[in-house]
Amino acid sequence: MSALEIRNVRKTFGTTEVLKDISLAIDSGEFLILVGPSGCGKSTLMNAIAGLEPVTAGEMLIGGEDVTWRTPAERDIAMVFQSYALYPSMTVRQNIVFGLEVRKVPKAEREEAVARVAELLQITPLLDRKPSQLSGGQRQRVAMGRALAREPQIYLFDEPLSNLDAKLRVEMRTEIKKLHQRLGTTIVYVTHDQIEAMTLADRIAVMRDGRILQLGTPDEVYNDPADIFVAGFMGSPSMNFIRATLAGQPGSYRLSVDVGGEQPLVLPWPAERETPALVRHVGEPVTLGLRPEHFSEEDARLGDRIEGTLLNTTTTVVEPTGADLLLRVALGESEITVRLGPKSRAVPGEPIALRVDMSRAVLFEPETESRLA
Amino acid sequence: MDNIIRRRTPGARLLRAGLYALLLVMALVYLLPLVVMVLTSLKPLEEIRAGGLLSLPDSLTLAAWLKAWGTACTGMRCEGLSGYFMNSVSIVIPAVAISTLVGALNGYALTKWRFRGANLCFAMLLFGCFIPFQVVLMPMAQTLGWLGLASSTSGLVLVHVVYGIAFTTLFFRNYYVSVPDEMISAAKLDGAGFFRIFWRILLPVSGPIITVSVIWQFTQIWNDFLFGVAFAGFDSQPVTVALNNLVNTSTGVKEYNVDMAGAMIAALPTLVVYVLAGKYFVRGLTAGSVKG
Ligand SMILES: Nc1ncnc2c1ncn2[C@@H]1O[C@H](COP(=O)(O)OP(=O)(O)O)[C@@H](O)[C@H]1O
Ligand SMILES: [Mg+2]
Repeated sequence: MSALEIRNVRKTFGTTEVLKDISLAIDSGEFLILVGPSGCGKSTLMNAIAGLEPVTAGEMLIGGEDVTWRTPAERDIAMVFQSYALYPSMTVRQNIVFGLEVRKVPKAEREEAVARVAELLQITPLLDRKPSQLSGGQRQRVAMGRALAREPQIYLFDEPLSNLDAKLRVEMRTEIKKLHQRLGTTIVYVTHDQIEAMTLADRIAVMRDGRILQLGTPDEVYNDPADIFVAGFMGSPSMNFIRATLAGQPGSYRLSVDVGGEQPLVLPWPAERETPALVRHVGEPVTLGLRPEHFSEEDARLGDRIEGTLLNTTTTVVEPTGADLLLRVALGESEITVRLGPKSRAVPGEPIALRVDMSRAVLFEPETESRLA
Repeated sequence: MDNIIRRRTPGARLLRAGLYALLLVMALVYLLPLVVMVLTSLKPLEEIRAGGLLSLPDSLTLAAWLKAWGTACTGMRCEGLSGYFMNSVSIVIPAVAISTLVGALNGYALTKWRFRGANLCFAMLLFGCFIPFQVVLMPMAQTLGWLGLASSTSGLVLVHVVYGIAFTTLFFRNYYVSVPDEMISAAKLDGAGFFRIFWRILLPVSGPIITVSVIWQFTQIWNDFLFGVAFAGFDSQPVTVALNNLVNTSTGVKEYNVDMAGAMIAALPTLVVYVLAGKYFVRGLTAGSVKG
């Protein structure tokens, strides 16, 4: 039985449809991440799950029970908000205990819960402070503590880390992951940060314009994207989309890419990644998707032979990130991004020889942006 | 020290000197009536008739104040303003408390439990701020009659509450708009209902706007004359009406000192409120956002 099931949910504000037929099922103990650009309806979906906004159509089930028309209080859900939404007039302790007090939990149990949560999140010394006396990171912890004090069926996190600075964000990300592993709770977590999504999720739902485009494990969403949007949204730097023409026949498809010279670059399409759909697109333009890490440098000094088609081109920009090197290299009229190891000697303006690893390439239909192979 | 760098040419200095002189004169002109009132109220009657209005008193006496408070005649009765002062108190306190509370509840419902037509509702309430007192006199008298509240303190309280709600709702609505909705959502998920959220979450952060509302309503209701004269019974007249009667009751000589003392007594509470809480009034008007 699913911890949470959403069936054909729609939500309209006036005449604009913000959620368009969302269906989703989450297993107990699962960490599901909703990811998508700002304004795609993530918060609206969260508010609908929490019961803060009624849905226009569809059903919502928690633990098998229809809760579509239950109030937030009746749903057994706790939520962490982006702005933390702490009660400014109450101390940290009172903030944490408020939900238990309202639910008439006996005092002894309440104190036990505060002690447990405070230790878990290391906020024991802050218990008697007011929210205004806390730093951003501390407020974030208190907001989580407030949710963890009760033990509801589902936790909702709406961009809980987006108000923290970069370093703290990474730290808290790890802590949330640890918490989930330790407590085994069911979590629905919203973010617009695809790295957060990749690192935390059991499964990721990629949303756009009120629709779920793909629902799958981080690996599926990253390596096997359903369409151009998902492919481009997940991964940083983004996937390269290269205009190509499909040629050949089943068993020996090729992609030819115009690189400005006399001869196009010809990339053989791996036979094991063929799909039946390809045959209808022979001779037609397609979009080839290659991630920056699908390229490697052909380096005589290193001596080892790398698999893949050779691509001779010119480096235009070099961006060292420390761990590795991001290059912009020319590809005909346009440029693509390539990720190389830190040992690379690439210099802007100089020629460079790259190998293209086609075994993880993806193909899209340029008009509908849907996946071909 | 102010925080401005000014030109230091002789012309500029002269201009500033002139400016301050002008300001000083204006301030004196503005202050003069109050000075005259205070001085007059402290003089014996003979001195007033003998001397000029502005001369300093030869002998100070509180007799006029005591008379205005305790024995001056207001129409038929000669018991001073004290009773009417208490009437005003017993009108103002419930009226201020109720209108502030209702305004807070209205503002809360209009911003945090947005129902269909909330905006229209607010627009109509806002309209209430612009209805002149005189317009409602007749219908209000009729209504009070139907309710059996004519000529009573409760009736006056009701009138002031009804008239004040437009203003207090406006204050609280505009304040609560800036309270983050997520705070209310969090409380709903914690299981709190409409009134618990109001008492436990919202009211504790409403200090500044409660101050504004109380000061505003207090001065409005205390200083009201028209509703008092129109709707009060013989026993429930507020001090403003009594002051008018005191000044207009002639028993031979015109007792300017008693009149002045009476006026001071009637005006004192609002002055005190301003002095004590004026700065919170200004702060509350500009306050809004609740820092999490
Ligand atoms: N109460 C509302 N009334 C009208 N439109 C709304 C309301 N809430 C959200 N929207 C619209 O719905 C869309 C999705 O908003 P939201 O769910 O907050 O996006 P996200 O959280 O993904 O950034 C936005 O275009 C927003 O303008
Ligand atoms: Mg959002």
